[in-house]
Amino acid sequence: MDPLEIARWQFGITTVYHFWMVPLTLGLGPIVAIFQTLWVRTGNPQYLRMTKFWGKLYLINFIMGVATGIVQEFQFGMAWSEYSRFVGDVFGAPLAMEGLLAFFFESTFLGLWIFGWDRLPKKLHLASLWIAVIGSIISAFFIIVANSWMQHPVGVELVDGRPVLVDIWAVLTNNTALTAYSHTLFGALGVGAAFLIGIGWYQLWQRRKDGIDTVDASGRVVVGERLDVPGRDRADHGVWLKSLRIGAVVAILGFGGVAITGDLQAKLMFDQQPMKMAAAEAACQDGTSFSILALGDVGAKDCSQVVGVFEVPGLLSFLAHGDFTTEIKGVNTLVPEYQEKYGTTTADGTTVNYVPVMAVTYWGFRLMIGFGALAAFAAVVALWLTRKGTVPRSKGIMRLALLGILAPFAANSAGWIFTEMGRQPFVVAPNPNPSGVDGVFMFTASAVSSTATAGELLFSLISLTLVYGALMVVEVTLLVKFVRGGVAGVMPPDDTPADDDTDVLAFAY
Amino acid sequence: MELLPTIWFIAIAALWIGYLLLEGFDLGVGMHMLVSGRTEGQRRVMLNTIGPVWDGNEVWLLTAGAATFAAFPFWYASLFSTLYIPLVLVLLGLIFRAVGIEYRGKGNSQRWLTFWTWAIGLGSFVSAFGVGAALALTTTGLPIDADGNRVGGPFAWLTPYAVLGGLAVIGFCLVHAAVFLGLKTDGSVRERSRAFVVAAGPFALLPIVAWVLAVQFMSGSVVTWAIVVVAVVAILFGYLNARRGREGLAFIGVAAFLVAGAASIFAAVYPVVLPSTIDHAFDLTISNAASGDYTLGVMTWVTAFGLPLVLLYQGYTYWVFRKRLSETHLPEAHPVEPAVVR
Repeated sequence: MDPLEIARWQFGITTVYHFWMVPLTLGLGPIVAIFQTLWVRTGNPQYLRMTKFWGKLYLINFIMGVATGIVQEFQFGMAWSEYSRFVGDVFGAPLAMEGLLAFFFESTFLGLWIFGWDRLPKKLHLASLWIAVIGSIISAFFIIVANSWMQHPVGVELVDGRPVLVDIWAVLTNNTALTAYSHTLFGALGVGAAFLIGIGWYQLWQRRKDGIDTVDASGRVVVGERLDVPGRDRADHGVWLKSLRIGAVVAILGFGGVAITGDLQAKLMFDQQPMKMAAAEAACQDGTSFSILALGDVGAKDCSQVVGVFEVPGLLSFLAHGDFTTEIKGVNTLVPEYQEKYGTTTADGTTVNYVPVMAVTYWGFRLMIGFGALAAFAAVVALWLTRKGTVPRSKGIMRLALLGILAPFAANSAGWIFTEMGRQPFVVAPNPNPSGVDGVFMFTASAVSSTATAGELLFSLISLTLVYGALMVVEVTLLVKFVRGGVAGVMPPDDTPADDDTDVLAFAY
Repeated sequence: MELLPTIWFIAIAALWIGYLLLEGFDLGVGMHMLVSGRTEGQRRVMLNTIGPVWDGNEVWLLTAGAATFAAFPFWYASLFSTLYIPLVLVLLGLIFRAVGIEYRGKGNSQRWLTFWTWAIGLGSFVSAFGVGAALALTTTGLPIDADGNRVGGPFAWLTPYAVLGGLAVIGFCLVHAAVFLGLKTDGSVRERSRAFVVAAGPFALLPIVAWVLAVQFMSGSVVTWAIVVVAVVAILFGYLNARRGREGLAFIGVAAFLVAGAASIFAAVYPVVLPSTIDHAFDLTISNAASGDYTLGVMTWVTAFGLPLVLLYQGYTYWVFRKRLSETHLPEAHPVEPAVVR
């Protein structure tokens, strides 16, 4: 087997997996911090319960992001040492900054928050969560800066064929990074919000199923309580309704932001990586139409079998340039341009295929938008259906709401798979247009460690995949357990706030 | 002498020393949970001494790795690709350990607790071994050619020095953690930890002493031998105080030993960052492995601003959680049941 292919599969699997945990951390973190802020400011115990419940889910997920994040940093050197040597002057800096300026804050202050209940003064305890959450948001910035440099290399000069950093400010304010960063953050809010909607829905449904909450003739909720079931008092209803409706509003804001930033990103990408956008459209010929559905083999290398079934004339030009007439270059026009600029073979003489796998880019792009739109629509529907204070008794709709949690995850994964696969055959993409530093590029095939054997890579690919798979089962099992436990699971009824005489910790592992 | 690469050599040495100093006791506590903990209560006390701080400590490893990437990309690329297999083991160990620390207390069954105890203990053991092997090899040499690429197969790294370094870090972590537990706990864990240091400490530290001496005989100077003397004094100070039950001083002694011992190693190999065992002409040094001065300059500013802050707030968390822990302080684990009408 070819070590390059194994290394690529490994990077893909570990990155997509890592990026299931990360958007949930990024999205749920600020939401929990806002809940705790509301509690500290109003003293309303509902917000304390919300902080504790969503905070617990946040932590169960957070640790998986930490554990799988180290793999990402290590495998550049382990499996992609030629890449590391080539980009080291530029690429390591944002990673080191992430550690020093973000991840230390995040980890240290989250430790303070977890164990600081009843031990730190309330406001300091709240501040430690905010610092951790802001740390995670800054951390994402540096990682996106590093990735965006691979999409649009800036701030460097070529010295002996190797990029050398000359302007860190240009790297940090790379327009590709700023749009990708905002797009990622809004997408993450969508993930966190879908969690609130789905789980809040389930809890409200459970209260109705158990006959605790009922509705009157006008459909308005009549809140009840069952004191024999832990946590099911009257205030419990508000915990879930508030969570759900706040989640729906956050989701709508998030997806609105995703659409706006996504549009900005696409306009840049038409300029910076025209091949990626042509491949996203499976656009073989030049044209102005946006493809809604294409049939045939969009993966065919020569473009001969792609048949546009349903296209919106002018829309593609509008997305790229804001008018309806500018022709967008298709794959067949771009390939000769790329060949002229970047050659027809790699350093070791292999012929370069400049067209990304179009089945992946075409469908990845559409799944991203489709799942995002679906999640946004679901949030609006959720807001409407809960306007009278609870959810319908239908088990089917409850299941849909839970299933809806997956939609923004899928949109996030599809978007990243699209943008990373769309950059191929490059690991560092050249910019045919002059906004980047021209001539700075690297083929993925040249980036892999020349010493890595198929055996080593298979060992890590298989062991990591198995461990990741098993841990996914464990994480989901734990999440389900705490979701079903509701508030009582995170705040047992006998859990009176520690008074000053006792030495028992408020929280311990 | 080249100023910026030298500063970064020192910075990376400091990050590795910080990592061993802080995560040293985390990894050791993990191993002690498996080998020294006799009851669930003891194991929980141990786990909770590192509960609030372990994640912040682990960031030292991440930052050491990323700083090596940023400042010495050729060192990073050669070391990490050559040590592919041991680093996979480190990663798997760290994954199990991290998840174990967070998840162990979220279940009650005996099977759940036992599984995660093993995950934490074995994960700590394996990652300590791998980190030790990597550090020992970057200070004693790896078979790399003129391009910095490994000569030989996936196990070309597996030399006596790799094993020595692995055992050195494992042994150090066990002693360091026992001294730490003596300082941070009360009751049976405190007693047992003290007994461990007194009885097993000298033997557990033999490999790390051997590593320090081996590097000195290879490339030491008068200055680095002087640092070794400091390390020896520190560990004797620490051990004698451990025997007398003065836990704070014992901890200072062991910590100073680590700092001086590791500093003597890094100082001895300077300016080489990765010696080649094939030909010293292929050695990676601070000159031929470093990034440009602009990058190093930027990173120097970032570190000069960031690292003191890190020390400040990490120090603060140790202050917040300074109280000794014993079994009476631990809240009872409660089961999480579905909130449904049965």
